[in-house]
Amino acid sequence: MEKRCLDAQFKGVSTGVSKYNALNHHFYVSSKTINKVIQVHDRIFCCMAGSLADAQAVLKTAKFHLSFHSVQMESSPQVIAAASVLKELCYKNKDELQAGFITAGWDRKKGPQIYVVSLGGMLIKQEVTIGGSGSTYIYGYVDAKYRPNMSREECLQFATNALALAMGRDNVSGGVAHLVVITESGAEHTVVPGDKLPKFHDE
Amino acid sequence: MAATASMMQSFGPNLSAQNDLVPDWTRTEVSTGTTIMAVEYDGGVVIGADSRTTTGAYIANRVTDKLTPIHDRIFCCRSGSAADTQAIADVVAYQLGFHSIELDEPPLVETAAHLFKASCYRYREELTAGILVAGWDRRRGGQVYCVPIGGMLVRQPVSVGGSGSTYIYGFMDSNYKPSMSKEQCLELTATALTLAMERDGSSGGVVRLASISEDGVERRVILGNQLPKISTH
Repeated sequence: MEKRCLDAQFKGVSTGVSKYNALNHHFYVSSKTINKVIQVHDRIFCCMAGSLADAQAVLKTAKFHLSFHSVQMESSPQVIAAASVLKELCYKNKDELQAGFITAGWDRKKGPQIYVVSLGGMLIKQEVTIGGSGSTYIYGYVDAKYRPNMSREECLQFATNALALAMGRDNVSGGVAHLVVITESGAEHTVVPGDKLPKFHDE
Repeated sequence: MAATASMMQSFGPNLSAQNDLVPDWTRTEVSTGTTIMAVEYDGGVVIGADSRTTTGAYIANRVTDKLTPIHDRIFCCRSGSAADTQAIADVVAYQLGFHSIELDEPPLVETAAHLFKASCYRYREELTAGILVAGWDRRRGGQVYCVPIGGMLVRQPVSVGGSGSTYIYGFMDSNYKPSMSKEQCLELTATALTLAMERDGSSGGVVRLASISEDGVERRVILGNQLPKISTH
């Protein structure tokens, strides 16, 4: 299963993902409309990458741990708590799992945040991050175009453009783009079908 | 590098089996894991490359010139195995020089590209060479031809190659527009190469640029501290 994730931070967080679910070596597209942006709490979302089966299993467990933690603390969980739960699972089971995550959300303590949990279980905080097989094609674009403190609309446009470019080059990314904007007031999910994505100069 | 490796082996076959006595890079083939790029504009072409040659993790040459002249107004950008691409370029330069004398006129870029393709395709099993052929001729002006590993030949208005090229496809798709001026092409190439060099471990050093037109070839170098600055660092 291959995919693409992108997060960029503005005063909230926008998370974009594009969908193809393809069995690795034979490139059979088993679905064109998978949603890889999963809500793990009210204002915390996770993008999956890698083996979809592994990622789904890990997220299911993480969701349970997180809601239990939230009840114990008697408050909404922090974004770093969600990311740490994922990291524990990925690191402790690194030999069996092949899953990476981008955790993005908003909490009262630190505002909008983005954390990346990579394949072996490393956890780092970043302002903007990309992942998945299609991400290699847009490193240059993201490095060139990202500026700190963009507005919400600029961030959304940036994420949409980056996804469109990656989907144009990666054979196992495509279908529709899922975009989620998370702010203090809540989370908004939009779906952009492939033909409505921006078009670039194509050879 | 190849000379060192063969000298080491002549002291006994067991020496190459002892990993700690002989560093890894003496046994790894020299590679121009690379980023190369070529863009057509009205009246000529702009070509660019990084300057890093690696043997494994060691940088064998940090100021390599990967833009190789094949004829007065035809250049090639080399990526892949350094030995393979140098050998092919030598062969093609000889063949093209001979052909040009027979014709008694400057050769076409398309001819040079086909000569590259002939060698790369015939010996595709033995070679690892990804080459961009670019230049100017009177019949068709500025042209860029891509001869990737395997020996395909295709003409494109803009082409990138090498290990670092994957990182800049998105940037190229969004920033290239047809009918750019020479200055815009130079700026685009320099920026794209910088972005790729920042992300690819096998690309780095300085940016070498050249522009080829009816008036001739202009070469320039952008040193490391003069490269455009990237914001996400």
